[in-house]
Amino acid sequence: MELVCPAGNLPALKRAVDEGADAIYFGFQNATNARQFAGLNFTDKRAREGIDYAHARGKRVFCAINTYPQPDGWDIWTRAVDQAADLGVDALIIADMGLLDYAARRHPDMARHLSVQGSATSHEALRFYHDHFGIKRAVLPRVLSITQVRDLAKQSPVELEVFAFGSLCIMAEGRCYLSSYLTGESPNTRGVCSPAGYVRWEETPEGLESRLNGVLIDRYEKGEPAGYPTLCKGRFEVGGESYHAIEEPTSLNTLELLPELKKLGINAVKIEGRQRSPAYVSKVAGIWRQALDQLEQSPGDFHIEPAWLSGLGELSEGSTTTLGAYERRWK
Amino acid sequence: MSINPTFKLSLGPVLFYWTRDRYADFYRDAADWPVEIVYLGESVCSRRRDMKLDDWLGIGRELKESGKQVVLSSQTLIESEADLRDLRKLCDNGELMVEANDQSALQLLIAAGLPFVAGGALNLYNPAAISVLAQNGMQRWNAPVEMSRDDLARLLDDCHDEGLDQTCELFAYGHLPLAWSSRCFTARRYQKPKDRCQFVCQKHPEGMTLRSKESQDIFTLNGIQTLSSACQDLRHEIGDIANIGVGVVRLSPRAEGMSDVVAAFDAARRGELPLPDPLTLVEADICDGYWYGRPGMSHRQTVS
Repeated sequence: MELVCPAGNLPALKRAVDEGADAIYFGFQNATNARQFAGLNFTDKRAREGIDYAHARGKRVFCAINTYPQPDGWDIWTRAVDQAADLGVDALIIADMGLLDYAARRHPDMARHLSVQGSATSHEALRFYHDHFGIKRAVLPRVLSITQVRDLAKQSPVELEVFAFGSLCIMAEGRCYLSSYLTGESPNTRGVCSPAGYVRWEETPEGLESRLNGVLIDRYEKGEPAGYPTLCKGRFEVGGESYHAIEEPTSLNTLELLPELKKLGINAVKIEGRQRSPAYVSKVAGIWRQALDQLEQSPGDFHIEPAWLSGLGELSEGSTTTLGAYERRWK
Repeated sequence: MSINPTFKLSLGPVLFYWTRDRYADFYRDAADWPVEIVYLGESVCSRRRDMKLDDWLGIGRELKESGKQVVLSSQTLIESEADLRDLRKLCDNGELMVEANDQSALQLLIAAGLPFVAGGALNLYNPAAISVLAQNGMQRWNAPVEMSRDDLARLLDDCHDEGLDQTCELFAYGHLPLAWSSRCFTARRYQKPKDRCQFVCQKHPEGMTLRSKESQDIFTLNGIQTLSSACQDLRHEIGDIANIGVGVVRLSPRAEGMSDVVAAFDAARRGELPLPDPLTLVEADICDGYWYGRPGMSHRQTVS
């Protein structure tokens, strides 16, 4: 199985390569990718340098152009596709049907991967993207149980990449408009979720409050750890109860599923987090490299080293991890 | 005001889980409402099984006899082989056109050479995406709920220039469908696992309101679906909506007062606009921010 790691900048890309990533994915500095953060992502020059670095070490590089081209910006998105093709990336990660069509016509020899934002959750949906746009691989949304992944993998016409570790999207990716409902900006339109520009922190007599565009997402008592106010991870009141009504702040960690994923023929595991620091990326990449190597060497005797778990635990939201939807009872 | 004479009103699928009797009563009434198109079916959760495909087809036949165009809406989040089996049955119904709400439905419908409506969660933001589906049997498409008036106007102009004249439908009234998850939030509220949810969402014919800790209404939880807590109401923009080239305006069913909503939109399309202060049709906060390129939750009356 291929280890696919995120890079929000050149140092992160190099650290991921050094720590054993088989492939690294990145985006450009605009709304064409789903991690549009200030100061993050690649210029043409930096991308070229990163691709050279990875290719010189036998690693692959994918370019994420996985937001939806907006009515006034078609050229911005097609330029990004052309730019990535000129750079000689190994694959394009795309969600939009129009942009997939463009890439397939303009750069037929360049591999196209369906982004998780393309919301393909069944083998029929994969077949749609395969038949119409010739996708080579798809990244599966984090909404399927392991049984559902197994059923899908049996009949998939394309390679499959699944999320292994990182922030957990609880909604079917590509079909979540919660962020624009509160802020006007969403993953699909602007490549952002709960964008930092709308976040306000305030100490009040009731506690520390986090707000997104004025809406109270959470309020923390003294000593309670406070997390970034991603709107689906706040505490809300429903029917008289106050709780994490949608999801707790937690990270996805699928280490224990690795043998099963390998058996199902999953081609790649993906680490989330282009917005993370080079130190984070390098640590996560290193742990997953060790895990995949152990799996390769002794597939019948895969065991999780305590050091891996503690290492990943420290890097997780709320210092906790979950198997998410892979585990049926989470639902 | 000049309104395109082919401008139609549609009744979207009921997004909530109602009892059989409630659906029956609702559609018996709807047969007499001034809507030209009615969408039927369960588009949210596969566990909601009170209504079988045959039940929907039965309601559909009656509505057809009342002169409605009837469309069956497919499930938006397809997860399992069982979901796919149900989807195949829906697509093979042999009578009614299907609204495809995910790419699994697109695949089945296109492979069968059937015409279809593209649902709002298919993310059609540009002419290239619309063109792909138009070449494969799409008759009508729903704009993404988060698209602004200016973006939609531009998109429709560009589509027209490229000869893509399939009808555009716009979500103009109701709780906005904003997200789908494999987790059921209603079952979570009742501390029940999804597989043994006991269909608690049926107790909430218009979902459960999610509020902030300072009691601001934010979202509506409806099983695996999250909707806006406010109802979008674009009635006061109906002239503009028609003028930019939208052909169908969708009204999303609510548990109460839907005949008033339909009547008000019908009056609006005939030029009888409400007073500048949009009257509250039914009990609910109103939002219209997406239309103006603002956060969806905002309302022009409260934005300076």
